[in-house]
Amino acid sequence: MKKALKVLLEILIVVLCLLYLFPIYIVIVNSFKNRAELYDNILGLPAKIDFQYYKTAMTKMSFLTAFKNSFIVTAVSIGIIVVLASMTAWMLVRTDDKLSKVLFTVFIATMLIPFQTLMMPLMQVMGWIRDTLNIPMLDSLGGLIYMNVGFGASMAVFLYHGFVKSIPISLEEAAIIDGCNTFELFWKIVFPMLKPTTVTVMILDVIWIWNDYMLPSLVISSKHLRTIPLSTAAFFGQFTIQWNLSMAGLTLTIIPVIIFYLSAQKHIVKGVAAGAIK
Amino acid sequence: MNRRKGNTAWYMLFTLPLIFVFTTVVIIPFFMGIVYSFFSWDGLKLNPKIFVGFDNYIRLFSDTRFLSSIGHTVLFTIVTVLFINILGLIFALITTTKLKTRNVVRTMLLMPYLIGGIILGFIWQFIFTDVFSFMGETLGLTNVFFNWLLDPEFALISIMIVTTWQMAGYTMIIYIAGIQAIPEDVIEAAAIDGAGFWKTLFKIKFPLMMPSFTISLFMTLSTCFKIFDVNLSLTGGGPNNATEMFAMNIYNEIFAKNNFGYGQAKAILFFILVAVITLIQVSITKKKEVTMQ
Repeated sequence: MKKALKVLLEILIVVLCLLYLFPIYIVIVNSFKNRAELYDNILGLPAKIDFQYYKTAMTKMSFLTAFKNSFIVTAVSIGIIVVLASMTAWMLVRTDDKLSKVLFTVFIATMLIPFQTLMMPLMQVMGWIRDTLNIPMLDSLGGLIYMNVGFGASMAVFLYHGFVKSIPISLEEAAIIDGCNTFELFWKIVFPMLKPTTVTVMILDVIWIWNDYMLPSLVISSKHLRTIPLSTAAFFGQFTIQWNLSMAGLTLTIIPVIIFYLSAQKHIVKGVAAGAIK
Repeated sequence: MNRRKGNTAWYMLFTLPLIFVFTTVVIIPFFMGIVYSFFSWDGLKLNPKIFVGFDNYIRLFSDTRFLSSIGHTVLFTIVTVLFINILGLIFALITTTKLKTRNVVRTMLLMPYLIGGIILGFIWQFIFTDVFSFMGETLGLTNVFFNWLLDPEFALISIMIVTTWQMAGYTMIIYIAGIQAIPEDVIEAAAIDGAGFWKTLFKIKFPLMMPSFTISLFMTLSTCFKIFDVNLSLTGGGPNNATEMFAMNIYNEIFAKNNFGYGQAKAILFFILVAVITLIQVSITKKKEVTMQ
Protein backbone atom coordinates (compact mmCIF):
# COMPACT_ATOMS: atom_id res chain seq x y z
CA MET A 1 0.00 0.00 0.00
CA LYS A 2 2.69 2.44 1.03
CA LYS A 3 4.75 1.50 -2.00
CA ALA A 4 1.87 2.14 -4.34
CA LEU A 5 1.37 5.57 -2.79
CA LYS A 6 5.03 6.37 -3.27
CA VAL A 7 4.93 5.40 -6.93
CA LEU A 8 1.82 7.50 -7.36
CA LEU A 9 3.54 10.48 -5.74
CA GLU A 10 6.52 10.09 -8.06
CA ILE A 11 4.27 9.99 -11.08
CA LEU A 12 2.35 13.03 -9.83
CA ILE A 13 5.55 15.05 -9.44
CA VAL A 14 6.78 14.15 -12.92
CA VAL A 15 3.41 15.09 -14.37
CA LEU A 16 3.56 18.45 -12.56
CA CYS A 17 7.02 19.03 -14.02
CA LEU A 18 5.74 18.24 -17.49
CA LEU A 19 2.99 20.81 -16.92
CA TYR A 20 5.72 23.26 -15.93
CA LEU A 21 7.27 22.77 -19.36
CA PHE A 22 3.89 23.22 -21.02
CA PRO A 23 5.01 26.39 -22.91
CA ILE A 24 7.65 24.36 -24.73
CA TYR A 25 5.01 21.78 -25.66
CA ILE A 26 2.77 24.55 -27.04
CA VAL A 27 5.61 25.83 -29.22
CA ILE A 28 6.44 22.40 -30.63
CA VAL A 29 2.89 21.19 -31.38
CA ASN A 30 1.90 24.43 -33.07
CA SER A 31 4.94 24.42 -35.31
CA PHE A 32 3.31 21.53 -37.22
CA LYS A 33 -0.20 22.93 -37.63
CA ASN A 34 -1.53 24.93 -40.54
CA ARG A 35 -3.29 28.21 -39.89
CA ALA A 36 -6.82 26.79 -39.70
CA GLU A 37 -5.81 23.91 -37.45
CA LEU A 38 -3.82 26.21 -35.19
CA TYR A 39 -6.80 28.45 -34.46
CA ASP A 40 -9.14 25.49 -34.26
CA ASN A 41 -7.16 23.49 -31.76
CA ILE A 42 -4.31 25.46 -30.24
CA LEU A 43 -3.66 23.11 -27.31
CA GLY A 44 -3.91 19.68 -28.92
CA LEU A 45 -1.49 17.52 -30.87
CA PRO A 46 -1.16 18.22 -34.59
CA ALA A 47 -3.17 16.09 -37.03
CA LYS A 48 -0.04 15.22 -38.98
CA ILE A 49 3.65 15.85 -38.71
CA ASP A 50 4.59 18.17 -41.51
CA PHE A 51 7.99 19.82 -41.61
CA GLN A 52 7.13 22.44 -44.23
CA TYR A 53 7.19 25.32 -41.74
CA TYR A 54 10.60 24.22 -40.55
CA LYS A 55 11.94 24.35 -44.08
CA THR A 56 10.53 27.84 -44.59
CA ALA A 57 11.71 29.05 -41.19
CA MET A 58 15.18 27.67 -41.78
CA THR A 59 15.66 29.60 -45.01
CA LYS A 60 13.85 32.75 -43.87
CA MET A 61 15.94 33.13 -40.72
CA SER A 62 19.12 31.78 -42.38
CA PHE A 63 19.30 29.35 -39.52
CA LEU A 64 22.47 27.58 -40.61
CA THR A 65 24.40 30.83 -41.04
CA ALA A 66 23.12 32.10 -37.68
CA PHE A 67 24.04 28.81 -36.03
CA LYS A 68 27.53 28.95 -37.52
CA ASN A 69 27.99 32.56 -36.35
CA SER A 70 26.75 31.78 -32.84
CA PHE A 71 28.98 28.73 -32.68
CA ILE A 72 32.10 30.62 -33.82
CA VAL A 73 31.47 33.53 -31.46
CA THR A 74 30.74 31.28 -28.46
CA ALA A 75 33.60 28.84 -29.04
CA VAL A 76 36.31 31.37 -29.85
CA SER A 77 35.29 33.81 -27.09
CA ILE A 78 35.34 31.03 -24.50
CA GLY A 79 38.63 29.65 -25.77
CA ILE A 80 40.29 33.05 -25.42
CA ILE A 81 38.65 33.76 -22.04
CA VAL A 82 39.84 30.43 -20.62
CA VAL A 83 43.43 30.86 -21.84
CA LEU A 84 43.90 34.51 -20.86
CA ALA A 85 41.94 34.45 -17.59
CA SER A 86 43.63 31.32 -16.25
CA MET A 87 47.11 32.70 -17.02
CA THR A 88 46.23 36.06 -15.47
CA ALA A 89 44.62 34.62 -12.35
CA TRP A 90 47.52 32.21 -11.75
CA MET A 91 50.09 35.00 -12.11
CA LEU A 92 48.09 37.24 -9.77
CA VAL A 93 47.92 34.55 -7.07
CA ARG A 94 51.53 33.41 -7.37
CA THR A 95 52.98 36.92 -7.45
CA ASP A 96 51.94 38.08 -4.05
CA ASP A 97 52.55 41.82 -4.23
CA LYS A 98 50.61 45.07 -4.15
CA LEU A 99 50.16 45.33 -7.91
CA SER A 100 48.54 41.90 -8.08
CA LYS A 101 46.16 42.80 -5.30
CA VAL A 102 45.16 46.05 -6.97
CA LEU A 103 44.60 44.34 -10.34
CA PHE A 104 42.49 41.62 -8.76
CA THR A 105 40.40 44.19 -6.87
CA VAL A 106 39.79 46.13 -10.10
CA PHE A 107 38.63 42.95 -11.87
CA ILE A 108 36.20 42.16 -9.05
CA ALA A 109 34.93 45.71 -8.55
CA THR A 110 33.94 46.07 -12.20
CA MET A 111 31.61 43.10 -11.87
CA LEU A 112 29.23 45.64 -10.33
CA ILE A 113 28.88 47.60 -13.57
CA PRO A 114 25.73 46.70 -15.52
CA PHE A 115 25.97 46.44 -19.30
CA GLN A 116 23.64 49.41 -19.87
CA THR A 117 26.17 51.70 -18.20
CA LEU A 118 28.90 50.71 -20.64
CA MET A 119 27.06 50.14 -23.90
CA MET A 120 27.01 53.64 -25.35
CA PRO A 121 30.59 54.70 -24.53
CA LEU A 122 31.79 51.21 -25.57
CA MET A 123 30.33 51.75 -29.03
CA GLN A 124 32.14 55.12 -29.17
CA VAL A 125 35.48 53.51 -28.22
CA MET A 126 35.05 50.71 -30.77
CA GLY A 127 33.99 53.23 -33.43
CA TRP A 128 37.08 55.26 -32.68
CA ILE A 129 39.35 52.19 -32.97
CA ARG A 130 37.72 51.33 -36.29
CA ASP A 131 38.12 54.84 -37.68
CA THR A 132 41.64 55.62 -36.54
CA LEU A 133 43.34 52.23 -36.56
CA ASN A 134 41.26 50.68 -39.34
CA ILE A 135 40.47 47.57 -37.30
CA PRO A 136 36.88 46.42 -37.96
CA MET A 137 35.61 46.30 -34.36
CA LEU A 138 31.99 46.97 -35.29
CA ASP A 139 29.85 44.77 -37.52
CA SER A 140 32.33 41.90 -37.37
CA LEU A 141 32.41 38.62 -35.46
CA GLY A 142 35.98 39.38 -34.41
CA GLY A 143 34.89 42.62 -32.76
CA LEU A 144 32.06 40.84 -30.97
CA ILE A 145 34.47 38.17 -29.74
CA TYR A 146 36.90 40.84 -28.53
CA MET A 147 34.15 42.52 -26.49
CA ASN A 148 32.91 39.19 -25.10
CA VAL A 149 36.43 38.51 -23.82
CA GLY A 150 36.44 41.90 -22.10
CA PHE A 151 33.08 41.32 -20.45
CA GLY A 152 33.85 37.72 -19.47
CA ALA A 153 37.27 38.51 -17.98
CA SER A 154 36.22 39.48 -14.44
CA MET A 155 34.10 36.45 -13.65
CA ALA A 156 36.65 34.02 -15.10
CA VAL A 157 39.60 35.64 -13.29
CA PHE A 158 37.56 35.56 -10.07
CA LEU A 159 36.76 31.83 -10.38
CA TYR A 160 40.32 30.83 -11.37
CA HIS A 161 41.81 33.02 -8.64
CA GLY A 162 39.79 31.25 -5.97
CA PHE A 163 40.80 27.83 -7.27
CA VAL A 164 44.53 28.54 -7.72
CA LYS A 165 44.70 29.70 -4.10
CA SER A 166 43.48 26.27 -3.00
CA ILE A 167 46.15 24.22 -4.81
CA PRO A 168 49.48 23.65 -3.07
CA ILE A 169 52.54 25.31 -4.55
CA SER A 170 54.89 22.37 -3.90
CA LEU A 171 54.13 20.69 -7.24
CA GLU A 172 55.08 23.85 -9.07
CA GLU A 173 58.31 24.14 -7.10
CA ALA A 174 59.24 20.59 -7.99
CA ALA A 175 58.66 21.35 -11.67
CA ILE A 176 60.92 24.38 -11.50
CA ILE A 177 63.69 22.28 -9.97
CA ASP A 178 63.21 19.91 -12.90
CA GLY A 179 64.00 22.81 -15.20
CA CYS A 180 60.59 23.94 -16.44
CA ASN A 181 60.29 27.56 -17.51
CA THR A 182 57.25 29.56 -16.46
CA PHE A 183 55.39 28.91 -19.71
CA GLU A 184 55.88 25.11 -19.58
CA LEU A 185 55.16 25.12 -15.87
CA PHE A 186 51.78 26.74 -16.41
CA TRP A 187 50.63 24.73 -19.40
CA LYS A 188 52.03 21.33 -18.43
CA ILE A 189 51.50 21.34 -14.66
CA VAL A 190 49.09 24.05 -13.57
CA PHE A 191 46.50 24.32 -16.34
CA PRO A 192 45.51 20.62 -16.25
CA MET A 193 44.89 20.96 -12.50
CA LEU A 194 42.51 23.86 -13.12
CA LYS A 195 40.12 21.65 -15.09
CA PRO A 196 37.14 21.84 -12.68
CA THR A 197 37.17 25.63 -12.86
CA THR A 198 37.71 25.56 -16.62
CA VAL A 199 34.54 23.48 -16.96
CA THR A 200 32.61 25.90 -14.72
CA VAL A 201 33.80 28.92 -16.70
CA MET A 202 32.92 27.23 -19.98
CA ILE A 203 29.40 26.29 -18.86
CA LEU A 204 28.59 29.73 -17.46
CA ASP A 205 29.96 31.45 -20.54
CA VAL A 206 28.12 29.17 -22.99
CA ILE A 207 24.82 30.02 -21.28
CA TRP A 208 25.68 33.72 -21.35
CA ILE A 209 27.23 34.13 -24.83
CA TRP A 210 24.93 31.77 -26.73
CA ASN A 211 21.84 33.59 -25.43
CA ASP A 212 23.26 37.12 -25.37
CA TYR A 213 21.16 39.55 -27.33
CA MET A 214 22.03 43.06 -26.29
CA LEU A 215 25.74 43.30 -27.17
CA PRO A 216 25.40 41.54 -30.55
CA SER A 217 22.40 43.72 -31.40
CA LEU A 218 24.57 46.81 -30.95
CA VAL A 219 27.69 45.42 -32.64
CA ILE A 220 26.29 43.47 -35.60
CA SER A 221 24.30 45.16 -38.33
CA SER A 222 24.91 42.93 -41.40
CA LYS A 223 22.36 40.21 -41.99
CA HIS A 224 24.92 37.50 -42.72
CA LEU A 225 26.68 38.06 -39.38
CA ARG A 226 23.61 37.63 -37.16
CA THR A 227 23.81 35.22 -34.25
CA ILE A 228 20.84 33.03 -33.32
CA PRO A 229 19.15 35.47 -30.90
CA LEU A 230 19.49 38.25 -33.48
CA SER A 231 18.11 36.25 -36.38
CA THR A 232 15.30 34.89 -34.20
CA ALA A 233 14.33 38.41 -33.12
CA ALA A 234 14.40 39.69 -36.70
CA PHE A 235 12.46 36.67 -37.96
CA PHE A 236 9.90 36.85 -35.17
CA GLY A 237 9.27 40.53 -35.73
CA GLN A 238 8.60 39.78 -39.38
CA PHE A 239 6.26 36.81 -38.93
CA THR A 240 4.31 37.49 -35.73
CA ILE A 241 1.05 36.87 -37.52
CA GLN A 242 2.18 33.55 -38.96
CA TRP A 243 2.47 31.77 -35.64
CA ASN A 244 3.13 28.29 -37.06
CA LEU A 245 6.14 29.64 -38.89
CA SER A 246 7.48 31.53 -35.88
CA MET A 247 6.89 28.50 -33.64
CA ALA A 248 8.94 26.38 -36.03
CA GLY A 249 11.67 29.02 -35.84
CA LEU A 250 11.59 29.01 -32.03
CA THR A 251 11.76 25.20 -31.94
CA LEU A 252 14.83 25.33 -34.17
CA THR A 253 16.56 27.72 -31.77
CA ILE A 254 15.68 25.63 -28.71
CA ILE A 255 16.95 22.32 -30.13
CA PRO A 256 20.69 23.13 -29.82
CA VAL A 257 20.14 24.30 -26.22
CA ILE A 258 18.37 21.06 -25.30
CA ILE A 259 21.08 18.94 -26.94
CA PHE A 260 23.76 20.87 -25.08
CA TYR A 261 21.84 20.55 -21.83
CA LEU A 262 21.22 16.82 -22.06
CA SER A 263 24.79 16.04 -23.11
CA ALA A 264 26.47 18.05 -20.36
CA GLN A 265 23.73 18.05 -17.76
CA LYS A 266 25.82 17.11 -14.72
CA HIS A 267 28.48 19.69 -15.51
CA ILE A 268 25.82 22.34 -16.10
CA VAL A 269 24.13 21.82 -12.74
CA LYS A 270 27.51 21.86 -10.99
CA GLY A 271 28.71 24.86 -12.98
CA VAL A 272 25.60 26.91 -12.30
CA ALA A 273 25.87 26.13 -8.59
CA ALA A 274 29.59 26.95 -8.46
CA GLY A 275 29.09 30.20 -10.33
CA ALA A 276 26.37 31.35 -7.96
CA ILE A 277 27.90 30.36 -4.68
CA LYS A 278 31.48 31.60 -5.13
CA MET B 1 55.22 33.14 -2.34
CA ASN B 2 57.27 35.40 -4.50
CA ARG B 3 57.71 33.59 -7.76
CA ARG B 4 58.77 36.71 -9.58
CA LYS B 5 62.53 36.65 -9.02
CA GLY B 6 63.02 39.59 -11.34
CA ASN B 7 60.69 37.96 -13.81
CA THR B 8 58.65 40.99 -14.77
CA ALA B 9 58.64 39.85 -18.38
CA TRP B 10 56.72 36.67 -17.54
CA TYR B 11 54.33 38.64 -15.38
CA MET B 12 53.56 40.97 -18.24
CA LEU B 13 53.29 38.20 -20.80
CA PHE B 14 50.73 36.38 -18.67
CA THR B 15 48.60 39.27 -17.55
CA LEU B 16 48.87 42.09 -20.10
CA PRO B 17 46.81 40.58 -22.95
CA LEU B 18 43.72 40.22 -20.77
CA ILE B 19 44.30 43.52 -19.00
CA PHE B 20 44.54 45.25 -22.39
CA VAL B 21 41.24 43.83 -23.68
CA PHE B 22 39.55 44.42 -20.34
CA THR B 23 40.72 48.03 -20.21
CA THR B 24 39.45 48.88 -23.68
CA VAL B 25 36.09 47.12 -23.19
CA VAL B 26 35.25 47.93 -19.57
CA ILE B 27 37.52 50.48 -17.88
CA ILE B 28 37.79 53.17 -20.57
CA PRO B 29 34.07 53.07 -21.51
CA PHE B 30 33.17 53.30 -17.83
CA PHE B 31 35.08 56.53 -17.27
CA MET B 32 34.03 57.91 -20.65
CA GLY B 33 30.45 57.18 -19.64
CA ILE B 34 30.79 59.35 -16.55
CA VAL B 35 32.13 62.18 -18.71
CA TYR B 36 29.38 61.80 -21.33
CA SER B 37 26.73 62.08 -18.61
CA PHE B 38 27.66 65.73 -18.11
CA PHE B 39 27.18 66.60 -21.78
CA SER B 40 24.27 67.12 -24.10
CA TRP B 41 24.83 65.23 -27.35
CA ASP B 42 22.65 63.59 -30.00
CA GLY B 43 25.20 60.89 -30.90
CA LEU B 44 26.11 62.30 -34.28
CA LYS B 45 29.83 62.78 -34.68
CA LEU B 46 29.66 66.14 -36.43
CA ASN B 47 27.29 67.66 -33.89
CA PRO B 48 28.83 69.38 -30.87
CA LYS B 49 28.85 67.97 -27.38
CA ILE B 50 27.71 70.74 -25.05
CA PHE B 51 28.81 70.69 -21.42
CA VAL B 52 25.75 71.00 -19.18
CA GLY B 53 27.13 70.09 -15.75
CA PHE B 54 24.60 68.32 -13.57
CA ASP B 55 21.64 69.35 -15.73
CA ASN B 56 21.11 65.81 -17.05
CA TYR B 57 20.93 64.47 -13.51
CA ILE B 58 18.55 67.22 -12.38
CA ARG B 59 16.31 66.55 -15.38
CA LEU B 60 15.89 62.92 -14.26
CA PHE B 61 13.68 63.96 -11.39
CA SER B 62 11.06 65.58 -13.60
CA ASP B 63 11.06 62.88 -16.31
CA THR B 64 7.71 61.18 -15.67
CA ARG B 65 8.27 58.34 -18.14
CA PHE B 66 11.60 57.59 -16.48
CA LEU B 67 10.20 57.78 -12.96
CA SER B 68 7.33 55.47 -13.83
CA SER B 69 9.82 53.02 -15.40
CA ILE B 70 11.63 52.94 -12.04
CA GLY B 71 8.25 52.35 -10.39
CA HIS B 72 7.55 49.35 -12.65
CA THR B 73 11.03 48.01 -12.04
CA VAL B 74 10.77 48.22 -8.25
CA LEU B 75 7.30 46.65 -8.16
CA PHE B 76 8.35 43.97 -10.64
CA THR B 77 11.55 43.22 -8.71
CA ILE B 78 9.92 42.87 -5.29
CA VAL B 79 7.10 40.59 -6.46
CA THR B 80 9.25 38.49 -8.79
CA VAL B 81 12.11 37.97 -6.33
CA LEU B 82 9.60 36.65 -3.80
CA PHE B 83 7.94 34.27 -6.23
CA ILE B 84 11.22 33.00 -7.72
CA ASN B 85 12.62 32.20 -4.30
CA ILE B 86 9.49 30.60 -2.88
CA LEU B 87 9.11 28.41 -5.96
CA GLY B 88 12.85 27.61 -6.10
CA LEU B 89 12.84 26.63 -2.44
CA ILE B 90 9.84 24.33 -2.90
CA PHE B 91 11.53 22.73 -5.92
CA ALA B 92 14.71 22.22 -3.91
CA LEU B 93 12.84 20.63 -0.99
CA ILE B 94 11.05 18.25 -3.37
CA THR B 95 14.17 17.24 -5.26
CA THR B 96 16.25 16.58 -2.15
CA THR B 97 13.83 13.95 -0.86
CA LYS B 98 14.40 10.28 -1.59
CA LEU B 99 12.46 10.45 -4.86
CA LYS B 100 13.78 8.11 -7.53
CA THR B 101 12.91 10.61 -10.21
CA ARG B 102 14.64 13.55 -8.52
CA ASN B 103 17.34 13.91 -11.16
CA VAL B 104 14.83 13.92 -13.99
CA VAL B 105 12.76 16.46 -12.11
CA ARG B 106 15.76 18.72 -11.53
CA THR B 107 16.70 18.52 -15.19
CA MET B 108 13.23 19.55 -16.27
CA LEU B 109 12.95 22.42 -13.82
CA LEU B 110 16.30 23.95 -14.76
CA MET B 111 15.49 23.84 -18.49
CA PRO B 112 13.89 27.31 -18.83
CA TYR B 113 16.98 28.95 -17.33
CA LEU B 114 19.13 27.72 -20.22
CA ILE B 115 16.90 29.12 -22.94
CA GLY B 116 17.71 32.79 -23.41
CA GLY B 117 15.38 35.58 -22.30
CA ILE B 118 14.73 36.76 -25.86
CA ILE B 119 13.47 33.32 -26.94
CA LEU B 120 11.46 32.83 -23.73
CA GLY B 121 9.72 36.15 -24.25
CA PHE B 122 8.69 35.13 -27.76
CA ILE B 123 7.39 31.75 -26.59
CA TRP B 124 5.24 33.33 -23.90
CA GLN B 125 4.09 36.11 -26.20
CA PHE B 126 2.24 33.42 -28.17
CA ILE B 127 0.76 32.00 -24.97
CA PHE B 128 -0.41 35.29 -23.46
CA THR B 129 -1.95 36.46 -26.73
CA ASP B 130 -3.39 33.65 -28.86
CA VAL B 131 -3.41 30.68 -26.47
CA PHE B 132 -5.06 32.76 -23.76
CA SER B 133 -7.65 34.18 -26.15
CA PHE B 134 -8.40 30.64 -27.34
CA MET B 135 -8.74 29.30 -23.80
CA GLY B 136 -11.00 32.17 -22.82
CA GLU B 137 -13.34 31.53 -25.71
CA THR B 138 -13.41 27.76 -25.29
CA LEU B 139 -13.77 27.75 -21.53
CA GLY B 140 -16.08 30.76 -21.43
CA LEU B 141 -13.70 32.47 -19.00
CA THR B 142 -13.00 35.58 -21.02
CA ASN B 143 -12.44 37.67 -17.89
CA VAL B 144 -9.47 35.48 -16.87
CA PHE B 145 -8.12 34.38 -20.22
CA PHE B 146 -7.83 37.23 -22.71
CA ASN B 147 -4.93 38.90 -24.45
CA TRP B 148 -2.95 39.83 -21.36
CA LEU B 149 -0.34 41.83 -23.22
CA LEU B 150 -2.87 44.51 -24.19
CA ASP B 151 -3.69 45.32 -20.57
CA PRO B 152 -1.11 47.46 -18.70
CA GLU B 153 -1.39 45.60 -15.39
CA PHE B 154 -1.67 42.10 -16.81
CA ALA B 155 1.24 42.79 -19.15
CA LEU B 156 3.39 43.57 -16.12
CA ILE B 157 2.15 40.39 -14.43
CA SER B 158 3.08 38.50 -17.60
CA ILE B 159 6.70 39.64 -17.30
CA MET B 160 6.67 38.57 -13.65
CA ILE B 161 5.40 35.11 -14.60
CA VAL B 162 7.93 34.59 -17.38
CA THR B 163 10.84 35.74 -15.24
CA THR B 164 9.72 33.52 -12.36
CA TRP B 165 9.44 30.61 -14.76
CA GLN B 166 12.92 31.31 -16.08
CA MET B 167 14.73 31.80 -12.77
CA ALA B 168 13.00 29.42 -10.31
CA GLY B 169 15.15 26.50 -11.49
CA TYR B 170 18.27 28.57 -10.97
CA THR B 171 17.46 29.35 -7.34
CA MET B 172 16.51 25.68 -6.92
CA ILE B 173 20.14 24.81 -7.69
CA ILE B 174 21.39 27.26 -5.05
CA TYR B 175 18.96 25.94 -2.44
CA ILE B 176 19.80 22.32 -3.25
CA ALA B 177 23.45 23.10 -2.52
CA GLY B 178 22.37 24.67 0.78
CA ILE B 179 20.23 21.71 1.81
CA GLN B 180 22.92 19.20 0.89
CA ALA B 181 25.44 21.06 3.05
CA ILE B 182 23.36 20.34 6.17
CA PRO B 183 24.98 17.40 7.98
CA GLU B 184 22.83 14.22 8.00
CA ASP B 185 23.27 13.69 11.75
CA VAL B 186 21.73 17.05 12.64
CA ILE B 187 18.52 16.04 10.85
CA GLU B 188 18.64 12.57 12.40
CA ALA B 189 19.14 14.01 15.88
CA ALA B 190 16.12 16.25 15.37
CA ALA B 191 14.06 13.26 14.27
CA ILE B 192 15.10 11.30 17.36
CA ASP B 193 14.12 14.27 19.52
CA GLY B 194 10.67 14.02 17.98
CA ALA B 195 10.74 17.02 15.64
CA GLY B 196 8.16 16.64 12.86
CA PHE B 197 8.47 17.68 9.21
CA TRP B 198 7.54 21.35 9.71
CA LYS B 199 9.55 21.76 12.87
CA THR B 200 12.65 20.27 11.22
CA LEU B 201 12.09 22.55 8.24
CA PHE B 202 11.69 25.82 10.13
CA LYS B 203 13.86 25.24 13.18
CA ILE B 204 16.73 23.22 11.69
CA LYS B 205 16.94 23.41 7.93
CA PHE B 206 16.07 27.06 7.26
CA PRO B 207 18.42 28.54 9.89
CA LEU B 208 21.27 26.39 8.56
CA MET B 209 20.46 27.49 5.01
CA MET B 210 20.77 31.21 5.73
CA PRO B 211 23.79 31.71 3.43
CA SER B 212 21.79 30.20 0.54
CA PHE B 213 18.94 32.59 1.21
CA THR B 214 21.23 35.61 1.12
CA ILE B 215 22.99 34.51 -2.06
CA SER B 216 19.79 33.59 -3.84
CA LEU B 217 17.84 36.67 -2.78
CA PHE B 218 20.49 39.09 -3.92
CA MET B 219 21.31 37.20 -7.11
CA THR B 220 17.66 37.36 -8.14
CA LEU B 221 17.35 40.93 -6.86
CA SER B 222 20.07 42.22 -9.15
CA THR B 223 18.96 40.04 -12.10
CA CYS B 224 15.38 41.29 -11.84
CA PHE B 225 16.44 44.89 -11.39
CA LYS B 226 18.52 44.66 -14.58
CA ILE B 227 15.86 42.84 -16.64
CA PHE B 228 15.96 43.66 -20.35
CA ASP B 229 15.65 40.66 -22.70
CA VAL B 230 12.26 39.34 -21.56
CA ASN B 231 10.99 42.90 -21.32
CA LEU B 232 11.99 43.53 -24.93
CA SER B 233 10.70 40.34 -26.52
CA LEU B 234 7.52 39.86 -24.47
CA THR B 235 5.98 43.32 -24.29
CA GLY B 236 8.54 45.66 -25.87
CA GLY B 237 7.68 48.02 -23.01
CA GLY B 238 4.05 48.30 -24.10
CA PRO B 239 1.17 48.85 -23.97
CA ASN B 240 1.90 52.59 -23.86
CA ASN B 241 5.22 52.19 -21.99
CA ALA B 242 3.28 50.61 -19.10
CA THR B 243 5.88 47.83 -18.79
CA GLU B 244 9.01 49.75 -19.70
CA MET B 245 11.67 48.87 -17.13
CA PHE B 246 14.75 50.82 -16.08
CA ALA B 247 17.20 49.13 -18.48
CA MET B 248 14.85 49.50 -21.42
CA ASN B 249 14.23 53.16 -20.61
CA ILE B 250 17.99 53.77 -20.79
CA TYR B 251 18.21 51.89 -24.07
CA ASN B 252 15.32 53.87 -25.60
CA GLU B 253 16.62 57.20 -24.35
CA ILE B 254 20.00 56.62 -25.99
CA PHE B 255 19.31 54.61 -29.12
CA ALA B 256 15.69 55.50 -29.95
CA LYS B 257 15.53 59.15 -28.88
CA ASN B 258 19.23 59.85 -29.52
CA ASN B 259 19.72 61.62 -26.20
CA PHE B 260 23.19 60.19 -25.64
CA GLY B 261 24.25 62.43 -22.75
CA TYR B 262 20.95 62.37 -20.90
CA GLY B 263 20.57 58.61 -21.40
CA GLN B 264 24.09 58.10 -20.08
CA ALA B 265 23.19 60.02 -16.91
CA LYS B 266 20.40 57.47 -16.40
CA ALA B 267 22.92 54.70 -17.02
CA ILE B 268 25.25 56.07 -14.35
CA LEU B 269 22.38 56.28 -11.85
CA PHE B 270 21.52 52.70 -12.81
CA PHE B 271 25.10 51.66 -12.01
CA ILE B 272 24.99 53.39 -8.62
CA LEU B 273 21.75 51.61 -7.65
CA VAL B 274 23.00 48.18 -8.80
CA ALA B 275 26.29 48.73 -6.97
CA VAL B 276 24.49 49.67 -3.74
CA ILE B 277 22.28 46.56 -3.90
CA THR B 278 25.30 44.33 -4.49
CA LEU B 279 27.45 45.93 -1.80
CA ILE B 280 24.68 45.50 0.77
CA GLN B 281 24.59 41.84 -0.25
CA VAL B 282 28.33 41.39 0.19
CA SER B 283 28.32 42.99 3.65
CA ILE B 284 25.35 40.89 4.81
CA THR B 285 26.89 37.67 3.45
CA LYS B 286 30.16 38.44 5.24
CA LYS B 287 28.40 39.07 8.57
CA LYS B 288 26.40 35.84 8.23
CA GLU B 289 29.58 33.89 7.63
CA VAL B 290 31.02 35.17 10.89
CA THR B 291 27.97 34.19 12.91
CA MET B 292 27.84 30.78 11.25
CA GLN B 293 31.27 29.80 12.46
